[in-house]
Amino acid sequence: MATHTGTAVDETGAPTFHTADEHVHAGDSTMLGFWIYLMSDSLIFAVLFATFGVLGRNYAAGPGPADLFDLRLIALNTAMLLLSSITYGLAMLEVERRRMGLTLFWLGVTGLFGLAFLSIELYEFAHLIHEGATPQRSAFLSAFFTLVGTHGLHVTFGITWLVTLMFQLPRHGFIPENHRRLMCLGMFWHFLDVIWIGVFTYVYLMGVLLK
Amino acid sequence: MSAQAGPHPVADPHAFDHAHDQSHGHDHGHGHESSHHGSFRDYLIGFGLSVVLTAIPFWIVMDNVFRDPKVAAIVLLLFAVVQIVVHMVYFLHMNTKSEGGWTVLALIFTAILVVIALTGSLWIMHHLDTNMMPDMTPHQARHMP
Repeated sequence: MATHTGTAVDETGAPTFHTADEHVHAGDSTMLGFWIYLMSDSLIFAVLFATFGVLGRNYAAGPGPADLFDLRLIALNTAMLLLSSITYGLAMLEVERRRMGLTLFWLGVTGLFGLAFLSIELYEFAHLIHEGATPQRSAFLSAFFTLVGTHGLHVTFGITWLVTLMFQLPRHGFIPENHRRLMCLGMFWHFLDVIWIGVFTYVYLMGVLLK
Repeated sequence: MSAQAGPHPVADPHAFDHAHDQSHGHDHGHGHESSHHGSFRDYLIGFGLSVVLTAIPFWIVMDNVFRDPKVAAIVLLLFAVVQIVVHMVYFLHMNTKSEGGWTVLALIFTAILVVIALTGSLWIMHHLDTNMMPDMTPHQARHMP
């Protein structure tokens, strides 16, 4: 008993415990918490991918992937998202160098690439719906719009977050809070690119391939 | 056994001062936070690899490189897995040391759940599909109105 630090025995023989003060983690655990959020988000996508895997071949005598998807458009879309990932990385490098102008420039470029991605996706959706390939048409199209639409919604929220930070950053400067926010958005943004790898491989390329 | 037994992970008194130090540039003093930062070289390698790993699958499908679509599908999946790893390492800066190994542990746990959800769903539903309609080929069943 006596060897235990922080534990003493009083006259009655009952041990008394002294609790050691826990350090406040000042946002240190935020990155881990945000990572766990991303992992739970990938479970949502896993379920949507599984749904698409099960229903993705049920065309109900309607159009299939080979009839609907324009792979050149998807390649362009993929390029937009990939470019936005590298420009976000460049923004983070400028954050480390504490250069506000260049940070905002690269964040702005990232946002524009994100907007280009969304515009192409919405153009594709509008084109599909115009051709009668609506989510109601077949199980394949329901699963397709749910999976790709959920990814698109994530990108939309990412852009909203990015614009918010582009206002907060010049206003408050490179404070630790802004640094933490930028790190979290960076993880979110790169994570969306990782999900997109699954989407273009499994939904578009393999859809067209396995007619 | 007591809370004071080992060195505390954030016992470094400079950890918080550094974060406030605007002029400090690269070094933040946060031992495990620095693992989140990539270098320009990291991003460039990651970007180059991603371009190649994206371009080849599109080329495979658009130019019908493989005669057997099943072989092509397996090659596509392999490229996707490699590219996901490239993104994890070069863009998300994953390593086994960040946050004391908790990020990689959460990742492994998630990967196991994802594999169970995906293969389990596909496996069970495929068998249901083939057993449900004895008079039809799966191909016919799919194209039912």
